[in-house]
Amino acid sequence: MPALLEVMNVSKNFSGLRAVADVSFAVPEGSIFAVIGPNGAGKTTLFNLIAGLLAPDEGSIAFVGARIDRLPPDEVCRRGIGRTFQIVRPFPTLSVEDNVAVGALLHHPNPESAMRRAHQVLLRLDLFEKRRHLAGALTLPDRKRLEVARALATEPKLLLLDEVMAGLRPTETDRMVDILKKLNAESGLTILLIEHVMRAVMSVATRVLVLHHGAAIAEGTPETVVRKPAVVQSYLGAEAV
Amino acid sequence: MIARLLHGVPRHALVLLAVVLAILVAAPVFANDYLLTVLIIILYFAYIGQAWNILMGFAGQLSLGHALYVGLGAYTTAALYVHFGIGPWLGMPVAILISVACGAVIGFLAFRFGVGGVYFAILTIAFCEFTRIGFDHFDWVGGSSGLFLPVANYTRNDLLNLRGQPVMFYYVILALTAGAFVMCHALLRSRVGYYWQAIREDELAARSLGINTFRYKMIAIIISSGMTAPAGVFYAFYYNNLFPEQTFFILRSIEIILGPIIGGIGTLFGPVIGAFLLTGLSEALQELLTAYGLDTPGAKRVFYGVCLLFVVMVLPHGIWPPIARLLRLGRRETPEA
Repeated sequence: MPALLEVMNVSKNFSGLRAVADVSFAVPEGSIFAVIGPNGAGKTTLFNLIAGLLAPDEGSIAFVGARIDRLPPDEVCRRGIGRTFQIVRPFPTLSVEDNVAVGALLHHPNPESAMRRAHQVLLRLDLFEKRRHLAGALTLPDRKRLEVARALATEPKLLLLDEVMAGLRPTETDRMVDILKKLNAESGLTILLIEHVMRAVMSVATRVLVLHHGAAIAEGTPETVVRKPAVVQSYLGAEAV
Repeated sequence: MIARLLHGVPRHALVLLAVVLAILVAAPVFANDYLLTVLIIILYFAYIGQAWNILMGFAGQLSLGHALYVGLGAYTTAALYVHFGIGPWLGMPVAILISVACGAVIGFLAFRFGVGGVYFAILTIAFCEFTRIGFDHFDWVGGSSGLFLPVANYTRNDLLNLRGQPVMFYYVILALTAGAFVMCHALLRSRVGYYWQAIREDELAARSLGINTFRYKMIAIIISSGMTAPAGVFYAFYYNNLFPEQTFFILRSIEIILGPIIGGIGTLFGPVIGAFLLTGLSEALQELLTAYGLDTPGAKRVFYGVCLLFVVMVLPHGIWPPIARLLRLGRRETPEA
Protein backbone atom coordinates (compact mmCIF):
# COMPACT_ATOMS: atom_id res chain seq x y z
CA MET A 1 0.00 0.00 0.00
CA PRO A 2 1.39 3.47 -0.84
CA ALA A 3 1.89 5.94 1.99
CA LEU A 4 -0.76 8.64 2.20
CA LEU A 5 1.07 10.60 4.86
CA GLU A 6 4.81 10.58 5.35
CA VAL A 7 6.44 12.15 8.37
CA MET A 8 10.20 12.38 7.92
CA ASN A 9 12.66 13.18 10.74
CA VAL A 10 10.35 15.76 12.26
CA SER A 11 11.44 17.67 15.36
CA LYS A 12 9.83 20.47 17.34
CA ASN A 13 11.29 22.37 20.27
CA PHE A 14 9.50 24.64 22.69
CA SER A 15 12.25 26.87 24.11
CA GLY A 16 14.53 24.07 25.20
CA LEU A 17 11.94 21.33 25.55
CA ARG A 18 12.17 18.82 22.74
CA ALA A 19 8.48 17.97 22.31
CA VAL A 20 8.94 15.91 19.17
CA ALA A 21 12.37 14.43 18.45
CA ASP A 22 13.31 13.12 15.03
CA VAL A 23 10.09 11.20 14.45
CA SER A 24 9.52 9.35 11.19
CA PHE A 25 6.63 7.18 10.11
CA ALA A 26 4.37 6.55 7.15
CA VAL A 27 0.62 6.09 7.22
CA PRO A 28 -0.45 3.65 4.48
CA GLU A 29 -3.57 4.51 2.54
CA GLY A 30 -6.66 2.82 3.92
CA SER A 31 -5.16 2.05 7.32
CA ILE A 32 -6.15 2.98 10.83
CA PHE A 33 -2.93 4.21 12.36
CA ALA A 34 -2.70 4.91 16.09
CA VAL A 35 -0.17 7.04 17.93
CA ILE A 36 0.04 6.15 21.61
CA GLY A 37 2.24 7.20 24.48
CA PRO A 38 2.07 8.52 28.02
CA ASN A 39 1.05 12.07 28.84
CA GLY A 40 3.54 14.61 27.56
CA ALA A 41 4.97 12.23 24.99
CA GLY A 42 4.41 14.78 22.21
CA LYS A 43 1.36 13.24 20.58
CA THR A 44 -0.72 16.38 20.32
CA THR A 45 2.30 18.39 19.19
CA LEU A 46 2.84 15.86 16.44
CA PHE A 47 -0.79 16.26 15.45
CA ASN A 48 -0.56 20.01 15.39
CA LEU A 49 2.50 19.75 13.18
CA ILE A 50 0.61 17.63 10.68
CA ALA A 51 -2.53 19.80 10.81
CA GLY A 52 -0.56 22.99 10.20
CA LEU A 53 -1.07 24.60 13.59
CA LEU A 54 2.66 24.40 14.23
CA ALA A 55 5.62 24.35 11.85
CA PRO A 56 8.36 21.76 12.44
CA ASP A 57 11.86 22.97 13.34
CA GLU A 58 13.39 20.14 11.36
CA GLY A 59 12.16 17.49 8.96
CA SER A 60 9.30 17.39 6.54
CA ILE A 61 5.73 16.15 6.25
CA ALA A 62 4.31 14.98 2.93
CA PHE A 63 0.71 14.26 2.08
CA VAL A 64 -0.11 12.48 -1.21
CA GLY A 65 3.42 13.18 -2.32
CA ALA A 66 3.40 16.96 -1.66
CA ARG A 67 5.00 18.83 1.25
CA ILE A 68 2.42 20.19 3.68
CA ASP A 69 4.58 21.35 6.56
CA ARG A 70 4.43 25.12 6.96
CA LEU A 71 1.04 25.31 5.25
CA PRO A 72 -1.69 27.07 7.27
CA PRO A 73 -4.35 24.81 8.86
CA ASP A 74 -7.11 25.82 6.43
CA GLU A 75 -4.91 24.91 3.47
CA VAL A 76 -4.03 21.56 5.06
CA CYS A 77 -7.74 20.87 5.40
CA ARG A 78 -8.39 21.82 1.78
CA ARG A 79 -5.67 19.36 0.74
CA GLY A 80 -7.72 16.60 2.37
CA ILE A 81 -6.86 16.31 6.05
CA GLY A 82 -9.70 16.65 8.54
CA ARG A 83 -9.02 16.92 12.25
CA THR A 84 -10.73 16.89 15.62
CA PHE A 85 -9.55 18.60 18.79
CA GLN A 86 -8.73 16.83 22.04
CA ILE A 87 -10.69 19.46 23.91
CA VAL A 88 -13.75 19.65 21.68
CA ARG A 89 -14.40 22.94 19.95
CA PRO A 90 -17.97 22.95 18.64
CA PHE A 91 -19.62 26.17 17.44
CA PRO A 92 -21.79 26.33 20.59
CA THR A 93 -24.63 28.63 19.52
CA LEU A 94 -25.11 26.92 16.15
CA SER A 95 -27.26 23.84 15.78
CA VAL A 96 -25.67 20.43 15.32
CA GLU A 97 -26.61 20.36 11.63
CA ASP A 98 -25.23 23.86 11.07
CA ASN A 99 -21.98 22.82 12.71
CA VAL A 100 -21.60 19.96 10.27
CA ALA A 101 -22.85 22.02 7.32
CA VAL A 102 -19.97 24.46 7.87
CA GLY A 103 -17.61 21.56 7.21
CA ALA A 104 -19.63 20.33 4.23
CA LEU A 105 -19.57 23.77 2.60
CA LEU A 106 -15.93 23.20 1.72
CA HIS A 107 -16.90 20.96 -1.19
CA HIS A 108 -20.58 21.92 -1.48
CA PRO A 109 -20.67 25.72 -1.80
CA ASN A 110 -24.45 25.68 -2.08
CA PRO A 111 -25.86 25.68 1.48
CA GLU A 112 -28.73 23.38 0.56
CA SER A 113 -26.53 20.63 -0.83
CA ALA A 114 -24.12 21.18 2.08
CA MET A 115 -27.03 20.56 4.45
CA ARG A 116 -27.96 17.36 2.61
CA ARG A 117 -24.38 16.21 2.91
CA ALA A 118 -24.36 17.17 6.60
CA HIS A 119 -27.46 15.05 7.18
CA GLN A 120 -25.78 12.02 5.57
CA VAL A 121 -22.79 12.44 7.85
CA LEU A 122 -25.00 12.92 10.91
CA LEU A 123 -26.79 9.67 10.11
CA ARG A 124 -23.49 7.80 10.09
CA LEU A 125 -22.48 9.31 13.42
CA ASP A 126 -25.84 8.59 15.13
CA LEU A 127 -26.50 12.30 15.57
CA PHE A 128 -29.29 12.81 13.05
CA GLU A 129 -32.00 12.81 15.73
CA LYS A 130 -30.23 15.66 17.54
CA ARG A 131 -29.55 17.73 14.43
CA ARG A 132 -31.62 20.70 15.65
CA HIS A 133 -30.08 20.82 19.12
CA LEU A 134 -27.61 23.56 19.91
CA ALA A 135 -24.10 22.16 19.83
CA GLY A 136 -23.34 23.81 23.17
CA ALA A 137 -26.10 21.80 24.85
CA LEU A 138 -24.80 18.35 23.86
CA THR A 139 -23.32 15.80 26.25
CA LEU A 140 -19.61 14.98 25.96
CA PRO A 141 -20.06 11.74 23.96
CA ASP A 142 -22.31 13.58 21.52
CA ARG A 143 -19.86 16.46 21.26
CA LYS A 144 -17.05 14.04 20.50
CA ARG A 145 -19.10 12.48 17.71
CA LEU A 146 -20.05 15.96 16.46
CA GLU A 147 -16.36 16.78 16.29
CA VAL A 148 -15.81 13.70 14.10
CA ALA A 149 -18.90 14.51 11.99
CA ARG A 150 -17.76 18.05 11.32
CA ALA A 151 -14.29 16.94 10.24
CA LEU A 152 -15.76 14.15 8.15
CA ALA A 153 -18.06 16.59 6.36
CA THR A 154 -15.01 18.22 4.76
CA GLU A 155 -14.59 14.89 2.93
CA PRO A 156 -10.99 14.25 3.96
CA LYS A 157 -8.69 11.57 2.62
CA LEU A 158 -7.09 11.41 6.05
CA LEU A 159 -8.91 11.91 9.33
CA LEU A 160 -6.86 13.00 12.36
CA LEU A 161 -8.57 12.10 15.62
CA ASP A 162 -7.14 13.57 18.80
CA GLU A 163 -8.33 11.43 21.72
CA VAL A 164 -11.92 11.13 20.57
CA MET A 165 -12.49 8.36 23.07
CA ALA A 166 -11.02 10.05 26.14
CA GLY A 167 -13.67 10.61 28.78
CA LEU A 168 -16.16 8.22 27.21
CA ARG A 169 -17.79 5.33 29.02
CA PRO A 170 -16.91 1.83 27.70
CA THR A 171 -20.22 1.51 25.82
CA GLU A 172 -19.67 4.90 24.21
CA THR A 173 -16.12 3.88 23.33
CA ASP A 174 -17.40 0.75 21.62
CA ARG A 175 -19.91 2.83 19.69
CA MET A 176 -17.14 5.13 18.48
CA VAL A 177 -14.91 2.18 17.57
CA ASP A 178 -17.75 0.70 15.52
CA ILE A 179 -18.30 3.96 13.71
CA LEU A 180 -14.62 4.38 12.90
CA LYS A 181 -14.27 0.80 11.69
CA LYS A 182 -17.32 1.19 9.49
CA LEU A 183 -16.05 4.44 8.01
CA ASN A 184 -12.71 2.84 7.26
CA ALA A 185 -14.24 -0.31 5.75
CA GLU A 186 -16.98 1.36 3.71
CA SER A 187 -15.25 4.40 2.29
CA GLY A 188 -11.61 3.42 2.59
CA LEU A 189 -10.99 6.44 4.78
CA THR A 190 -7.51 6.54 6.28
CA ILE A 191 -7.53 7.38 9.99
CA LEU A 192 -4.67 8.59 12.15
CA LEU A 193 -5.60 8.65 15.79
CA ILE A 194 -4.08 9.60 19.08
CA GLU A 195 -5.48 7.49 21.83
CA HIS A 196 -5.07 6.75 25.48
CA VAL A 197 -7.74 4.10 25.74
CA MET A 198 -5.72 0.96 25.00
CA ARG A 199 -8.80 -1.22 24.63
CA ALA A 200 -9.95 0.97 21.76
CA VAL A 201 -6.53 1.09 20.14
CA MET A 202 -6.17 -2.67 20.23
CA SER A 203 -9.51 -3.23 18.58
CA VAL A 204 -9.41 -0.51 15.97
CA ALA A 205 -5.81 0.14 14.87
CA THR A 206 -4.05 -1.74 12.11
CA ARG A 207 -0.73 -0.12 13.01
CA VAL A 208 0.61 1.57 16.13
CA LEU A 209 3.39 4.06 16.77
CA VAL A 210 4.58 4.58 20.35
CA LEU A 211 5.99 7.95 21.39
CA HIS A 212 7.96 8.53 24.57
CA HIS A 213 9.56 11.86 25.51
CA GLY A 214 8.99 13.02 21.94
CA ALA A 215 10.77 10.10 20.30
CA ALA A 216 9.32 7.10 18.49
CA ILE A 217 10.28 4.01 20.48
CA ALA A 218 8.30 1.35 18.63
CA GLU A 219 6.13 0.80 15.60
CA GLY A 220 4.20 -2.21 14.36
CA THR A 221 0.92 -4.06 14.68
CA PRO A 222 -0.90 -3.55 18.01
CA GLU A 223 -0.13 -7.09 19.15
CA THR A 224 3.61 -6.88 18.60
CA VAL A 225 3.99 -3.35 19.93
CA VAL A 226 2.40 -3.99 23.31
CA ARG A 227 4.81 -6.84 23.94
CA LYS A 228 7.96 -4.78 23.49
CA PRO A 229 9.65 -4.19 26.87
CA ALA A 230 10.46 -0.53 26.08
CA VAL A 231 6.79 0.14 25.41
CA VAL A 232 5.60 -1.66 28.50
CA GLN A 233 8.12 0.21 30.62
CA SER A 234 7.29 3.66 29.27
CA TYR A 235 3.59 3.20 28.98
CA LEU A 236 2.60 1.01 31.87
CA GLY A 237 5.47 1.80 34.23
CA ALA A 238 8.65 -0.04 35.13
CA GLU A 239 6.97 -2.26 37.70
CA ALA A 240 4.85 -3.84 35.00
CA VAL A 241 7.86 -5.34 33.23
CA MET B 1 -34.03 34.01 -6.28
CA ILE B 2 -37.06 35.21 -4.34
CA ALA B 3 -38.21 31.64 -3.83
CA ARG B 4 -34.82 30.79 -2.39
CA LEU B 5 -34.93 33.78 -0.07
CA LEU B 6 -38.32 32.74 1.25
CA HIS B 7 -37.48 29.06 1.53
CA GLY B 8 -37.92 27.77 5.05
CA VAL B 9 -39.21 31.05 6.48
CA PRO B 10 -42.34 30.33 8.54
CA ARG B 11 -45.52 31.63 6.92
CA HIS B 12 -46.64 33.60 9.96
CA ALA B 13 -43.25 35.33 9.98
CA LEU B 14 -43.86 36.51 6.42
CA VAL B 15 -47.33 37.75 7.36
CA LEU B 16 -45.88 39.59 10.33
CA LEU B 17 -43.18 41.17 8.18
CA ALA B 18 -45.75 42.23 5.58
CA VAL B 19 -47.90 43.84 8.27
CA VAL B 20 -44.95 45.75 9.74
CA LEU B 21 -43.87 46.87 6.28
CA ALA B 22 -47.41 47.97 5.39
CA ILE B 23 -47.66 50.03 8.58
CA LEU B 24 -44.32 51.66 7.87
CA VAL B 25 -45.27 52.41 4.25
CA ALA B 26 -48.56 53.94 5.36
CA ALA B 27 -47.06 55.82 8.31
CA PRO B 28 -46.67 59.24 6.61
CA VAL B 29 -50.43 59.33 6.00
CA PHE B 30 -51.27 59.55 9.70
CA ALA B 31 -47.98 60.65 11.25
CA ASN B 32 -47.34 64.30 12.01
CA ASP B 33 -44.01 65.97 11.24
CA TYR B 34 -42.58 65.18 14.63
CA LEU B 35 -43.47 61.49 14.52
CA LEU B 36 -42.13 61.26 11.00
CA THR B 37 -38.81 62.71 12.15
CA VAL B 38 -38.63 60.17 14.95
CA LEU B 39 -39.38 57.36 12.50
CA ILE B 40 -36.65 58.61 10.17
CA ILE B 41 -34.12 58.54 13.02
CA ILE B 42 -35.28 55.07 14.04
CA LEU B 43 -34.91 53.68 10.52
CA TYR B 44 -31.57 55.41 10.13
CA PHE B 45 -30.23 53.64 13.23
CA ALA B 46 -31.83 50.36 12.17
CA TYR B 47 -29.99 50.60 8.86
CA ILE B 48 -26.55 51.34 10.33
CA GLY B 49 -27.13 48.80 13.10
CA GLN B 50 -27.75 46.19 10.43
CA ALA B 51 -24.50 47.12 8.67
CA TRP B 52 -22.51 47.05 11.92
CA ASN B 53 -24.12 43.74 12.86
CA ILE B 54 -22.56 42.06 9.81
CA LEU B 55 -19.11 42.65 11.21
CA MET B 56 -19.87 42.08 14.91
CA GLY B 57 -22.98 39.93 15.02
CA PHE B 58 -22.18 37.66 12.10
CA ALA B 59 -18.37 37.59 11.95
CA GLY B 60 -17.63 38.41 15.60
CA GLN B 61 -15.34 41.41 15.05
CA LEU B 62 -16.14 44.34 17.35
CA SER B 63 -15.91 47.70 15.59
CA LEU B 64 -16.20 50.79 17.78
CA GLY B 65 -15.45 53.13 14.91
CA HIS B 66 -18.32 52.78 12.49
CA ALA B 67 -18.88 56.54 12.59
CA LEU B 68 -15.83 56.61 10.33
CA TYR B 69 -17.72 55.05 7.42
CA VAL B 70 -20.80 57.18 8.06
CA GLY B 71 -18.59 60.27 8.05
CA LEU B 72 -16.68 59.29 4.93
CA GLY B 73 -19.94 58.59 3.09
CA ALA B 74 -21.39 61.88 4.26
CA TYR B 75 -18.36 64.03 3.48
CA THR B 76 -17.67 62.42 0.11
CA THR B 77 -21.13 62.97 -1.34
CA ALA B 78 -21.59 66.36 0.31
CA ALA B 79 -18.27 67.62 -1.06
CA LEU B 80 -19.00 66.29 -4.53
CA TYR B 81 -22.39 68.00 -4.41
CA VAL B 82 -21.16 71.33 -3.05
CA HIS B 83 -18.04 71.60 -5.20
CA PHE B 84 -19.03 69.91 -8.45
CA GLY B 85 -22.80 69.72 -8.34
CA ILE B 86 -22.65 65.90 -8.52
CA GLY B 87 -25.89 64.43 -7.14
CA PRO B 88 -25.96 62.07 -4.14
CA TRP B 89 -26.87 58.98 -6.14
CA LEU B 90 -23.88 59.46 -8.41
CA GLY B 91 -21.73 60.34 -5.41
CA MET B 92 -22.85 57.28 -3.49
CA PRO B 93 -20.73 54.73 -5.41
CA VAL B 94 -17.69 56.95 -4.83
CA ALA B 95 -18.58 57.20 -1.14
CA ILE B 96 -18.98 53.44 -0.89
CA LEU B 97 -15.66 52.92 -2.63
CA ILE B 98 -13.83 55.23 -0.24
CA SER B 99 -15.45 53.61 2.80
CA VAL B 100 -14.64 50.14 1.54
CA ALA B 101 -11.02 51.14 0.86
CA CYS B 102 -10.73 52.46 4.39
CA GLY B 103 -12.42 49.38 5.87
CA ALA B 104 -10.14 47.13 3.83
CA VAL B 105 -7.03 48.89 5.12
CA ILE B 106 -8.18 48.55 8.74
CA GLY B 107 -9.21 44.94 8.14
CA PHE B 108 -5.92 44.08 6.45
CA LEU B 109 -3.85 45.60 9.23
CA ALA B 110 -5.88 43.83 11.89
CA PHE B 111 -6.58 40.44 10.38
CA ARG B 112 -3.25 39.92 8.64
CA PHE B 113 -1.37 40.52 11.86
CA GLY B 114 -3.76 38.66 14.10
CA VAL B 115 -5.20 41.71 15.85
CA GLY B 116 -8.51 40.66 17.38
CA GLY B 117 -10.93 41.30 20.20
CA VAL B 118 -10.29 44.42 22.24
CA TYR B 119 -7.27 45.35 20.16
CA PHE B 120 -9.28 45.33 16.96
CA ALA B 121 -11.86 47.57 18.65
CA ILE B 122 -9.13 50.01 19.70
CA LEU B 123 -7.77 50.03 16.16
CA THR B 124 -11.18 51.00 14.78
CA ILE B 125 -11.48 53.79 17.37
CA ALA B 126 -8.01 55.04 16.46
CA PHE B 127 -8.79 55.27 12.76
CA CYS B 128 -12.03 57.10 13.42
CA GLU B 129 -10.30 59.50 15.81
CA PHE B 130 -7.45 60.48 13.56
CA THR B 131 -9.83 60.89 10.66
CA ARG B 132 -11.77 63.31 12.85
CA ILE B 133 -8.62 65.29 13.59
CA GLY B 134 -7.60 65.15 9.93
CA PHE B 135 -10.96 66.52 8.81
CA ASP B 136 -10.65 69.36 11.32
CA HIS B 137 -7.79 70.63 9.17
CA PHE B 138 -9.16 69.61 5.79
CA ASP B 139 -10.10 73.03 4.43
CA TRP B 140 -11.57 71.79 1.15
CA VAL B 141 -14.49 70.37 3.13
CA GLY B 142 -14.67 73.28 5.54
CA GLY B 143 -12.32 72.03 8.26
CA SER B 144 -13.59 72.46 11.79
CA SER B 145 -16.07 75.17 10.77
CA GLY B 146 -18.13 72.59 8.91
CA LEU B 147 -19.51 71.79 5.48
CA PHE B 148 -22.96 73.09 4.59
CA LEU B 149 -25.31 72.01 1.85
CA PRO B 150 -27.45 74.71 0.26
CA VAL B 151 -30.90 74.67 1.80
CA ALA B 152 -34.12 76.24 0.58
CA ASN B 153 -37.75 75.90 1.53
CA TYR B 154 -38.70 73.01 -0.69
CA THR B 155 -42.19 72.74 -2.06
CA ARG B 156 -41.37 69.88 -4.41
CA ASN B 157 -39.36 66.77 -3.82
CA ASP B 158 -36.27 66.32 -5.94
CA LEU B 159 -35.40 62.68 -5.39
CA LEU B 160 -32.49 62.86 -7.82
CA ASN B 161 -30.69 65.43 -5.67
CA LEU B 162 -32.25 64.37 -2.34
CA ARG B 163 -33.66 67.85 -1.81
CA GLY B 164 -37.15 67.98 -0.45
CA GLN B 165 -39.56 67.35 2.39
CA PRO B 166 -39.24 64.86 5.24
CA VAL B 167 -41.68 62.43 3.58
CA MET B 168 -39.24 61.85 0.77
CA PHE B 169 -36.40 61.23 3.22
CA TYR B 170 -38.64 58.86 5.12
CA TYR B 171 -39.24 56.67 2.09
CA VAL B 172 -35.58 56.75 1.10
CA ILE B 173 -34.43 55.49 4.51
CA LEU B 174 -37.28 52.97 4.65
CA ALA B 175 -36.18 51.55 1.30
CA LEU B 176 -32.54 51.42 2.45
CA THR B 177 -33.46 49.69 5.71
CA ALA B 178 -35.74 47.16 4.01
CA GLY B 179 -33.03 46.47 1.43
CA ALA B 180 -30.42 45.99 4.16
CA PHE B 181 -32.73 43.58 5.98
CA VAL B 182 -33.25 41.42 2.89
CA MET B 183 -29.55 41.52 2.08
CA CYS B 184 -28.53 40.43 5.58
CA HIS B 185 -31.09 37.63 5.46
CA ALA B 186 -29.59 36.41 2.18
CA LEU B 187 -26.03 36.75 3.49
CA LEU B 188 -26.79 34.75 6.62
CA ARG B 189 -28.09 31.85 4.55
CA SER B 190 -25.19 31.82 2.16
CA ARG B 191 -21.86 30.07 2.51
CA VAL B 192 -20.33 33.37 3.63
CA GLY B 193 -22.90 33.63 6.43
CA TYR B 194 -22.15 30.15 7.72
CA TYR B 195 -18.43 30.82 7.58
CA TRP B 196 -18.80 34.12 9.44
CA GLN B 197 -20.73 32.43 12.22
CA ALA B 198 -18.14 29.68 12.43
CA ILE B 199 -15.38 32.30 12.76
CA ARG B 200 -17.41 34.16 15.38
CA GLU B 201 -17.86 31.00 17.44
CA ASP B 202 -14.37 29.53 17.21
CA GLU B 203 -11.80 30.80 14.77
CA LEU B 204 -9.34 27.95 15.18
CA ALA B 205 -12.02 25.31 14.64
CA ALA B 206 -13.17 27.28 11.58
CA ARG B 207 -9.68 27.24 10.11
CA SER B 208 -9.42 23.50 10.69
CA LEU B 209 -12.52 23.08 8.52
CA GLY B 210 -10.73 24.67 5.58
CA ILE B 211 -12.02 28.20 6.04
CA ASN B 212 -9.61 30.93 5.04
CA THR B 213 -10.56 33.09 8.01
CA PHE B 214 -8.55 36.11 6.85
CA ARG B 215 -10.45 36.21 3.60
CA TYR B 216 -13.88 35.90 5.19
CA LYS B 217 -13.16 38.50 7.85
CA MET B 218 -12.03 40.84 5.05
CA ILE B 219 -15.30 40.19 3.21
CA ALA B 220 -17.19 41.04 6.40
CA ILE B 221 -15.48 44.38 6.97
CA ILE B 222 -15.73 45.29 3.28
CA ILE B 223 -19.47 44.63 3.13
CA SER B 224 -20.08 46.27 6.50
CA SER B 225 -18.13 49.45 5.71
CA GLY B 226 -19.55 49.67 2.20
CA MET B 227 -23.07 49.27 3.55
CA THR B 228 -22.54 51.95 6.18
CA ALA B 229 -21.52 54.62 3.65
CA PRO B 230 -25.05 55.16 2.20
CA ALA B 231 -26.22 55.97 5.74
CA GLY B 232 -23.68 58.78 5.68
CA VAL B 233 -25.02 59.99 2.33
CA PHE B 234 -28.48 60.08 3.88
CA TYR B 235 -27.17 61.85 6.97
CA ALA B 236 -25.47 64.58 4.92
CA PHE B 237 -28.49 65.37 2.75
CA TYR B 238 -30.97 65.10 5.59
CA TYR B 239 -29.15 67.31 8.09
CA ASN B 240 -27.40 69.51 5.49
CA ASN B 241 -24.43 70.26 7.73
CA LEU B 242 -21.35 68.29 8.69
CA PHE B 243 -18.82 68.95 11.42
CA PRO B 244 -15.85 66.63 12.04
CA GLU B 245 -16.34 67.02 15.78
CA GLN B 246 -19.85 65.62 15.48
CA THR B 247 -19.68 63.27 12.53
CA PHE B 248 -16.60 61.32 13.61
CA PHE B 249 -17.23 61.71 17.34
CA ILE B 250 -16.84 58.45 19.26
CA LEU B 251 -20.33 58.83 20.75
CA ARG B 252 -21.70 58.48 17.20
CA SER B 253 -20.00 55.08 16.97
CA ILE B 254 -21.44 54.07 20.33
CA GLU B 255 -24.95 55.18 19.36
CA ILE B 256 -24.72 52.96 16.30
CA ILE B 257 -24.03 49.83 18.29
CA LEU B 258 -26.50 50.32 21.15
CA GLY B 259 -29.49 49.32 19.01
CA PRO B 260 -28.15 45.94 17.88
CA ILE B 261 -26.78 45.18 21.36
CA ILE B 262 -30.13 45.84 23.00
CA GLY B 263 -32.09 44.20 20.20
CA GLY B 264 -29.86 41.15 19.90
CA ILE B 265 -26.41 40.88 18.35
CA GLY B 266 -26.18 38.57 15.37
CA THR B 267 -29.92 38.52 14.74
CA LEU B 268 -31.75 40.07 11.80
CA PHE B 269 -34.43 41.76 13.88
CA GLY B 270 -32.12 42.88 16.69
CA PRO B 271 -30.91 46.12 15.06
CA VAL B 272 -34.46 47.02 14.00
CA ILE B 273 -36.10 46.35 17.36
CA GLY B 274 -33.21 47.96 19.20
CA ALA B 275 -33.53 51.14 17.13
CA PHE B 276 -37.29 51.28 17.69
CA LEU B 277 -36.98 50.81 21.43
CA LEU B 278 -34.05 53.11 22.07
CA THR B 279 -35.00 56.02 19.85
CA GLY B 280 -38.72 55.58 20.25
CA LEU B 281 -38.71 55.33 24.03
CA SER B 282 -36.09 58.01 24.56
CA GLU B 283 -38.07 60.44 22.38
CA ALA B 284 -41.23 59.58 24.27
CA LEU B 285 -39.43 60.18 27.54
CA GLN B 286 -38.16 63.53 26.30
CA GLU B 287 -41.69 64.50 25.24
CA LEU B 288 -43.09 63.47 28.57
CA LEU B 289 -40.49 65.47 30.48
CA THR B 290 -41.08 68.52 28.29
CA ALA B 291 -44.82 68.18 28.76
CA TYR B 292 -44.29 68.37 32.51
CA GLY B 293 -42.09 71.40 32.01
CA LEU B 294 -38.89 69.64 33.03
CA ASP B 295 -35.80 70.69 31.16
CA THR B 296 -33.40 67.77 31.47
CA PRO B 297 -30.92 67.66 28.61
CA GLY B 298 -29.09 64.56 29.85
CA ALA B 299 -32.21 62.41 30.20
CA LYS B 300 -31.62 60.62 26.90
CA ARG B 301 -28.15 59.46 27.87
CA VAL B 302 -29.35 58.27 31.27
CA PHE B 303 -32.14 56.39 29.54
CA TYR B 304 -29.66 54.70 27.16
CA GLY B 305 -27.58 53.70 30.14
CA VAL B 306 -30.53 52.24 32.01
CA CYS B 307 -31.67 50.30 28.91
CA LEU B 308 -28.21 48.89 28.38
CA LEU B 309 -27.89 47.93 32.02
CA PHE B 310 -31.26 46.20 31.97
CA VAL B 311 -30.51 44.21 28.84
CA VAL B 312 -27.02 43.21 29.92
CA MET B 313 -28.32 41.97 33.26
CA VAL B 314 -31.64 40.40 32.31
CA LEU B 315 -31.39 39.55 28.61
CA PRO B 316 -27.72 39.13 27.76
CA HIS B 317 -28.57 37.98 24.23
CA GLY B 318 -30.83 40.96 23.60
CA ILE B 319 -34.53 41.46 23.40
CA TRP B 320 -35.15 39.68 20.12
CA PRO B 321 -34.32 36.04 20.98
CA PRO B 322 -37.05 35.70 23.65
CA ILE B 323 -39.53 37.45 21.34
CA ALA B 324 -38.58 35.06 18.54
CA ARG B 325 -39.26 32.12 20.82
CA LEU B 326 -42.58 33.64 21.80
CA LEU B 327 -43.62 34.13 18.17
CA ARG B 328 -42.14 30.74 17.30
CA LEU B 329 -39.97 32.21 14.58
CA GLY B 330 -37.36 29.57 15.24
CA ARG B 331 -35.16 29.77 12.20
CA ARG B 332 -31.44 29.44 12.10
CA GLU B 333 -31.04 33.16 11.67
CA THR B 334 -30.87 33.64 15.42
CA PRO B 335 -28.52 31.62 17.54
CA GLU B 336 -30.97 31.23 20.38
CA ALA B 337 -34.16 30.81 18.41
